[in-house]
Amino acid sequence: MSCLNSQATAMMCPRGMTARIQIALTVTLFAWAGAAMAQKSSADSIAEYRTMLQDGNPADLFEAKGEDLWKQKRGPKNASLEQCDLGKGPGVVKGAWVELPRYFADTGRVQDMESRLLTCMQTLQGFNAEALAKTPFGKDEQNNVTAIATWISAESKGMTFNLSQSHVEERKMYEVGKRLFYLRGGSHDFACATCHAQDDKRIRLQDLPNLTKQPGAANGFGAWPAYRVSNGQMWGMQLRLNDCYRQQRFPYPLFGSEATIALGVYMGVNGKGGDATAPAIKR
Amino acid sequence: MHTRRETLRHSAVVAGLLASTGLFPQYAQAFDKVAFDAKTIAEAVKAMGGAAPVESKDVTITGPDIAENGAVVPLGVSTWLPNVKRVLLLVEKNPAPLVAMFNLSPDIEAIFTTRSKMGQSSDVYAVAITHDGKAFFAKKEVKVTLGGCGG
Amino acid sequence: MSDPMRIRAQAAGGNATIRVLMSHEMESGQRKDGNGKIIPAWHIQDVTASLNGKPVMTAEWGPAVSKNPFLQFTIKGAKAGDKVAITWKDNRGESRTDEAAVT
Repeated sequence: MSCLNSQATAMMCPRGMTARIQIALTVTLFAWAGAAMAQKSSADSIAEYRTMLQDGNPADLFEAKGEDLWKQKRGPKNASLEQCDLGKGPGVVKGAWVELPRYFADTGRVQDMESRLLTCMQTLQGFNAEALAKTPFGKDEQNNVTAIATWISAESKGMTFNLSQSHVEERKMYEVGKRLFYLRGGSHDFACATCHAQDDKRIRLQDLPNLTKQPGAANGFGAWPAYRVSNGQMWGMQLRLNDCYRQQRFPYPLFGSEATIALGVYMGVNGKGGDATAPAIKR
Repeated sequence: MHTRRETLRHSAVVAGLLASTGLFPQYAQAFDKVAFDAKTIAEAVKAMGGAAPVESKDVTITGPDIAENGAVVPLGVSTWLPNVKRVLLLVEKNPAPLVAMFNLSPDIEAIFTTRSKMGQSSDVYAVAITHDGKAFFAKKEVKVTLGGCGG
Repeated sequence: MSDPMRIRAQAAGGNATIRVLMSHEMESGQRKDGNGKIIPAWHIQDVTASLNGKPVMTAEWGPAVSKNPFLQFTIKGAKAGDKVAITWKDNRGESRTDEAAVT
């Protein structure tokens, strides 16, 4: 073992080493240690900041609002959402989110939480799902959809992702999601994979989860809906994906589109066994 | 016979009592606009009834070393000093440094945590002002990676 | 009509730790709209807390307090079952009070 290559202390070097080399090695060791400590300290500081924000997440405000809206009689049919079937039976909300997106026999398609919520708002309350989908984020009923979605995710907080792949449509959507994930396009030739297919990537100080496997998939997928402190807004997965596409310089996907649902299937299945942390708090 | 001072003090006590009932808004304490508009820490502390602040180990300011986003920076102020009337939270480099002021009472502990916007990396201050008008501070540097005031 | 606050009041060692999340824009008055005009400041100015109807804490806030403000403080001598009420008043004169029991 050559002492010149070793990161071990100079003391491990055989006697006969000149003092100069020993000093050089020690200095290098300290320099490396210093740099490593400085880097660790930055990441640690950011982690500390994030921890400080966990207690008292403003997402709680949206969660409370969402629960009220679920139980409130609303819409042309003046009915509540308490009979909404999110995949585990009418009215069963606990544990529903960690199994979404999934196939629904009544609509004949795979749906994610937000598109399924629109289905319920239409069939039970008489809202027009298409009009809801066209409502811009942050406006009118979209705010209510976001709030309800926040509450639905909170009802699965801490549970484990367990999306089904037993239906052929679910398996198909996984494959579609995977293709979309790797599809490069737009003016910058970006794909989701450009940022989210490798470990330990970041943009400035923002970590980028690797969404192709655990633990990144559950960490990333499982954190939305999330409260974004930078704009004080509550973002569901639909808005998160919409903004990803904006950042990739792609056209915006339609709310609840097949493309967004497929990506949800891809991420959610990749995150199987991971913990649901939503509603989270983000930069 | 009441002296004028006694009469004034009596009025203040009565005004305070009336204010606390919430039924007499004209006696309610006005928002300290001057303090919140002050452009320097010294001016804000002065407007809040404190002299030039002196550093003290009995005043604490807590917060992260780095805030990922200046829109929301968790900060805490606390003090073990006796006879404290109010505790201030200030961000030196904000357009107006005074963020919040907490009045102390025997019913609460002198520890408060809230979240502040920070426009840029800056020293943040906790200032305790005593009933006799003295002021004591602690400060800490908080680095901010993205400004939280408008951009 | 503003959204309700979320108040958690936890008894511990003869005191109660109060954590409040308030729903408020807390517009700083520093931002400009699309036309370059300053969006006026809109923020909570006064916060008061009471224990079983008795005022225990008053605070004044400027526009630098973050949007959807969080506040934590401790009330001495509070026990399970006591009622904590938090009131905020903003610079537009709007106000809101919410209550919670100490658990």
